[in-house]
Amino acid sequence: MQAFEFANPSTLQEALGLLGANYSDANILAGGTDELSLLKDNIHHPKRLVNIKSIKALGGITKTATGLRVGATVTVDDLMNNALVRAEFPSLISAARGISSPQIRNMGTVGGDLTLRPRCWYFRNGFGLLAMKEGKSLVVDGQNEYHAIFPEGLAYYVSASSFAPALVALGAKVKIASATGVREVEVAQFFLAPKERGQGESDIKPNEILTEILIPSAKGSKNAIYEVRQKEALDWPLAAAAVSLRMKGNSVESARVVLGHVGPRPVLAEAAGKLLAGKSITEGVAEEAGKAAVAGAKPLSNNGYKVQLAQVAVKRALLEAVKKA
Amino acid sequence: MSSKKEPGVQAPKKGFSRRGFLHGVGITSGALGAGILEQEAAAAPPVNVTGLGEAPVTLTINGKPVKVNVEPRTTLLDAMRDRLEITGAKRVCDRGTCGACTVIIGGKVMYSCTVLAIDAQGKDIQTIEGLSNGNKMHPIIPAFANNDGLQCGYCTSGFVMASKGFLDRNPNPTYEQVKAGLGGNLCRCGTYVGIRKAVLEAAKELKGGKNA
Repeated sequence: MQAFEFANPSTLQEALGLLGANYSDANILAGGTDELSLLKDNIHHPKRLVNIKSIKALGGITKTATGLRVGATVTVDDLMNNALVRAEFPSLISAARGISSPQIRNMGTVGGDLTLRPRCWYFRNGFGLLAMKEGKSLVVDGQNEYHAIFPEGLAYYVSASSFAPALVALGAKVKIASATGVREVEVAQFFLAPKERGQGESDIKPNEILTEILIPSAKGSKNAIYEVRQKEALDWPLAAAAVSLRMKGNSVESARVVLGHVGPRPVLAEAAGKLLAGKSITEGVAEEAGKAAVAGAKPLSNNGYKVQLAQVAVKRALLEAVKKA
Repeated sequence: MSSKKEPGVQAPKKGFSRRGFLHGVGITSGALGAGILEQEAAAAPPVNVTGLGEAPVTLTINGKPVKVNVEPRTTLLDAMRDRLEITGAKRVCDRGTCGACTVIIGGKVMYSCTVLAIDAQGKDIQTIEGLSNGNKMHPIIPAFANNDGLQCGYCTSGFVMASKGFLDRNPNPTYEQVKAGLGGNLCRCGTYVGIRKAVLEAAKELKGGKNA
């Protein structure tokens, strides 16, 4: 690990002033659950680490006129035990529980989850997000069992965020601050698929800070997530499906179905959403939606199994959402 | 731990001064017509920045304040083991995965390999050394022995702390809750069943043996 300065600002303005134009100038430290590993492995090597946990304005969960505001430094544990979140967002509670290490839940933050670097082992070994060596992707002919079945260009890694699929389904936004102002971005637009080396996986710059997450109220709708894991212990899902259903009586008025951990961005399965409109969720309908959601999948040499997992995840998430009423 | 009175706050080192650094930033943001940042930077006093070298850090470990000089990049685990001779927390994966370094910080279980020492100031840190006082032990310790909750022992102190932290928050757990509650620790010898039984036994013991 390269030596760095440690900055401990107490205001957002101060923190923004401590960041630089490049990630090699400064990195943000929140929960640190992944950042410290990236530093130890020399994947990140900033000259300065800016701790944002002392900034009070970045914490707390509050009700707004249109829904909920979750501060970026709220820990996964605090989110999971928050009465407002529990009342309306079972998908977020379930995704939080899926992070099955209490230690990680106590340390890790919601903002950190959204900005988590991909788990792709080529990326983690210094080959970059596009995993290129001598002009060729290492993924295509390599060990790609955990990679994308919805790749975009040369981006074969999968988005690591646990909350992103549910937040995209719910239509949430993130607020991002820089020295020049604040902007809001739909979580659905926040993730990017890099086209060339040097481009990042999300719409945030080295001198910006993700400050809060704005989640529209889920009253009158149902939401759920189903994550498929290889083991019960701490691990990332192999595939996940998050659903948000606006209901009219017993039938679906409109639906958003989002696949997670199958592409560099959460995948909004529009065909599945359209198929569900006007129908009540039965086992058969849920299965059809699953099939529609994975119809465009392009699996690699070793990850065809993920197509089936994603398909079943959609079915189970839908059945979970309408369970018990 | 945001206090500006804290020890360990030093002026930035030469060659990477805050002002020079921000000036560099200003070149890019200036192109976007900003400039607020530069003005603020010129007016603002140096903020709470420590490093690159060693700086004094004060940690509160098992109720006692201890001082140690470490670089900002030093983890709490390495500061304890290499500088303070508090070696109960083990360094195994060093990547926030295995749980052998588990300590309780501010009442919550955390991986000490993944917390910077400088970032752990001002919080109450409990390690396994704090669970016994002479012959007086926290009931979780004999419970591990009674239930064969260990084999090689590398994971044990982490599991003991994870168990203690779990019981503090869940005094009356079921077997399934114990299983999920210790989900952040790994044992390669596979002593999980013994460990879970130990936690259930300690829970009974802590309630005065009422349900024993």
